[in-house]
Amino acid sequence: MALDVLIVDDSAAIRKILQRVLVQAEVPLGKVIEANDGREALDRLNAEKVGLILSDINMPNMDGLELLATIRANDQWKSVPIIMITTEGSQNKVLQALELGANGYVRKPFTADQIKEKLVGII
Amino acid sequence: MQKVNLVSNICSATEEVFSMMLDLPITVGEAYVEVNHDESFNGVESLIGLAGAWVGAGRLSCSTALACRLSGALLCAKYEYVNEDVLDAMAEVTNMIIGSVKTRIEDDFGPMGLSIPTVIFGRNYKARSTGGGDWTVVPFFCDGDRLDVKICLAPGNANSHQGPRAQPSAQHVL
Repeated sequence: MALDVLIVDDSAAIRKILQRVLVQAEVPLGKVIEANDGREALDRLNAEKVGLILSDINMPNMDGLELLATIRANDQWKSVPIIMITTEGSQNKVLQALELGANGYVRKPFTADQIKEKLVGII
Repeated sequence: MQKVNLVSNICSATEEVFSMMLDLPITVGEAYVEVNHDESFNGVESLIGLAGAWVGAGRLSCSTALACRLSGALLCAKYEYVNEDVLDAMAEVTNMIIGSVKTRIEDDFGPMGLSIPTVIFGRNYKARSTGGGDWTVVPFFCDGDRLDVKICLAPGNANSHQGPRAQPSAQHVL
């Protein structure tokens, strides 16, 4: 079954790379929806159903942790798997994201295999 | 006072990005400390701020040709000149390298926030970050083209008497 994915990152380059990586990871992709920051991501979620969210942490307007907390507090979206993909590598940030309900955490830079590994068991 | 090995962390972070995201070969040159840099520059420069108990910035500088090459490697595309894709790709390469350095040095310098990168390109310009501190510069070479990765850190006002002083350590130059 095709998976609709929301990619949230203020870098267009990373959004393109993640699309490519999802294809390389043999994810059965349906629609790929992009958002530049947390607020835009929430607008997209209000308009579209998705089966997976990949999100950066450091973004303007609304960062990834606030987005994560907002999604997990919403009955409509709380079960959607979310993987954080970010340069933030400190243990504190990782724990914070997992405590807020992230299903996985990948540090940039990353390989396609690392993303694939995180997706196993999630989708 | 403990010397923090900025040079080694810059090398590791840069080599990691080049191997994992760009698949391009690089070699490292001899690191040095840059004081009162006043030369004008031609090419692409990307800056990112660091703020916490220590404040400063990270910077990547290279020629437009190398910027196009790095962007092409990142995005699996070919760029003949600097455009929005190249600027965005250089911003992200800077984010990954300096972000990785930040994570590595936070045990010594305390937690730091990372700003959104700013990318500048053109000919015959000068860029300056105010706030004190010298720049630790590590030059890298990708098939003969030079990429400078630079970090400048100084204690924030409230902690001017605390913490390690960032200096390059010659024994860690590769």
